[in-house]
Amino acid sequence: MDFALSPQHEEIRRTVRDFAERRIRPVADELERRGEFPMEIIREAADLGLLGVPYPEEIGGTGLDALAYAITVEELSRASGSIGIIVSAHTSLGCNPIWLAGTDAQKEKYLRPMASGAVIGAYGLTEPGAGSDSRGTRTRAHRDGDAWVLNGGKRFITNAGVAGTYVVTAVTDREEQTGKISAFIVEADTPGFSIGRMEEKMGLHASNTGELIFTDCRIPAENLLGEEGEGDKLFLRTLDGGRIGIAAMALGLAQAAYEAASAYAKERRQFGKAIAEFQGVAFMIADMAVGIEAARLLTYRAAWLKDQGRSYTTEAAMAKLYASEVARDVTNDAVQVHGGYGYVTEYHVERYLRDAKLTEIGEGTSQIQRMVIARNLLGVRAM
Amino acid sequence: MKIVVCIKQVPATTAEKRYTDDLRLDRASAEAIINPLDEYAIEQALRLLDAGTVDEVGYLSMGPEQAGEALRRALAMGGESATLVTDPALAGADEWATAAVLAAALDKLAPDVALMGMASDDARGSLVPGAVAARRNLPLLSYGAELALADGQARIRRLSPTGFDWIAAPLPVVASVTDQVGEPRYASLKGIMAAKRKPLDTWSLADVGLSAEDLRSGALTRVTDARPPEAKPPTERIENVSADEAAAKIADWLAARKLV
Repeated sequence: MDFALSPQHEEIRRTVRDFAERRIRPVADELERRGEFPMEIIREAADLGLLGVPYPEEIGGTGLDALAYAITVEELSRASGSIGIIVSAHTSLGCNPIWLAGTDAQKEKYLRPMASGAVIGAYGLTEPGAGSDSRGTRTRAHRDGDAWVLNGGKRFITNAGVAGTYVVTAVTDREEQTGKISAFIVEADTPGFSIGRMEEKMGLHASNTGELIFTDCRIPAENLLGEEGEGDKLFLRTLDGGRIGIAAMALGLAQAAYEAASAYAKERRQFGKAIAEFQGVAFMIADMAVGIEAARLLTYRAAWLKDQGRSYTTEAAMAKLYASEVARDVTNDAVQVHGGYGYVTEYHVERYLRDAKLTEIGEGTSQIQRMVIARNLLGVRAM
Repeated sequence: MKIVVCIKQVPATTAEKRYTDDLRLDRASAEAIINPLDEYAIEQALRLLDAGTVDEVGYLSMGPEQAGEALRRALAMGGESATLVTDPALAGADEWATAAVLAAALDKLAPDVALMGMASDDARGSLVPGAVAARRNLPLLSYGAELALADGQARIRRLSPTGFDWIAAPLPVVASVTDQVGEPRYASLKGIMAAKRKPLDTWSLADVGLSAEDLRSGALTRVTDARPPEAKPPTERIENVSADEAAAKIADWLAARKLV
C-alpha cells in the first residue's frame, strides 16, 4: 500500500496550482461579481491541456488518468469553484458519454475538439420533472427519415450557452410506450435548438447554468449516441465518473476554506492572543483538517479504482457524498472562524460556502448518493 | 545553434528550512523547485527556440539525484534534452566547485550559449555565471533583460541607470538574464507527459573529467553559521483608494517618519 502520489501526479498538482494561483485566484472574486463566463481563462486552461485530462492523446486529450483529473479539478476549485465546475462538467459529463459510447466517427468529429479544449461540452439530463429519476423525462425524439426530431427542454444545464456540443437524453419509444431513453449529440447551432433562461444562483456565478429548448430540432440520424434505448444506462455510467469530479471540486473548496481559516486564526488577535490559541477555534481547524484528509483519500481512491479498471460506482458515490458534506461543514466553519469578516465578501470564505452547497446537490443529491451506496451494498433495487 | 540553460534546484522560497548538523540545508524537509530566477533563462531560451533562432535547447544541472525532477520540470516547459551531473563527492559544493563542474560539463555539451539565471534563490551568490565564463575562457554577457542572437554574435540588453546598453560578444558565450526577460511560461500537462519521454542523462564527476580531489582544492568557502532571517515588521497597505488619496497617504506616512 502506497499513499504517496507519483512524482508525475505531484508535478501535475504543482502545474495546475501554479496556473490557478497566478491566473485565477487574483480575479476569482471579480469573475463572480461580473457573473460572466471566464472564456479567456478557460481558453488558457485548454492550452495547458486541462480540458481533456483523462482522455488519450490520440483523440486530442492530455493522456493522463482519473487521478490526474481529480487533482486538476481540486486545484482549480481551490481558486474558483466556478472554474472547477466548468471544467468538471465539460470533462466528466460533456466528453465522457462520447468517449464511452461514441462511434469512431463521433469521437473524431465531436470528442477530439472537446478533449483538446477547442470546444466546450455540456450534458443535458435534468428536466423540470426529471433529475435523479430519469423516468420523468419529457423531452422526446422521433425518427423522421434520416433524422431524429427533438422536442422538449432541459433545465439546470452547466455550460449552457457556451458549449459547442451538447449530449442530451430524450424518450424514443415510438410504439411500445416503454419510456425508453436514448442519448443524442446536438451541435449548438442546430436549427430548432436554443438556450432559454439562465439561472440566478446562490453561488458559482461565473459558471453558466441554463435551459436547453428543442423545438422540432432535427439532428442527423448518426448523432444517436450509443444504442437506441440505452441512453439511461449510458448517463448513469457517466454520472459515476462525474461524481469523482464533484468530489474533487468539494475537496478544492474545502481546502481553500481551511487554508483561509488557519491563516486567519493565527493572525487575528482577541483578548491578547491569536484566536488559534483558543480551543473553540483550534478544534474547528483540527476537525476541518481531518475531514479534508478523509475526503481526499476517498476521492483519490475512487479515481484510482477507475484507473485500475475496477468497479468504482459505490466508491465514487461515497467520495462525492462525503467530500460534499465535508465541504459544507468546512466552508461553514471557515466563515465562523472569520466572524464578521467571514460574512463579508472581502475574505472570500463566504464564496466558498455558497459554492460548496452545490456539491451536495449537483450530479445526484446526498440522498441519492446514500441510495446508490445502500443499493449496491445491500443488493436491493427499491428504496 | 544550441543553448544549454544551467538550472539549479532550490528549496521553495516559502518552505520552512531546516539545517543538518553541519549547517547544510536539509533538502528532504523542503519542497524543491527550479530556482525561480533560472525560469527566466528557460523562458528566454524557449522564446529563441519558438522564433527559430536556435535549433536546440538543452538543460544542465549539478545536484543530488532529486535535481532530476527540476530538469524534468524544465523539459515540461520545452526543450529537447537534459543532463544532470551528480556524484556523492559533490555534496556541499560551493560556487567555485559548482562552476568547475558546470564548466567541465559545458565543455562536453559545447553549446553556443550557456545561459543562466542572474542568481540562485537560496545562496544568492551570483558568482557562477562569471566563474563558468572565466573557467571556459569565454566572454560573459551578464544581467541581460533580453538575449539576441544573430550573425555569429550574442547580444544582451542590459538596463543601465540612464536607459539600457546592448552588449555584444562573438559566440560561444556564457550569459545570464534577469526577470526583465518576461513571465516564464507554464508547463502544460501535455508538456509533462512529453517530458517523460525526453532524454535525461546522468553524468558522474568522472564523466566530466574531474575527480573528488579537483573539487576539494576548489571548495573555497565554509559555512560557519545559519540563522533564520529576522521577521519584517508588518506591511501597511494602501488599497482601494484613488491615486491622489494614495499619494497623500504615502506622503503623510513618510512625513510622520521624517523621511521627507
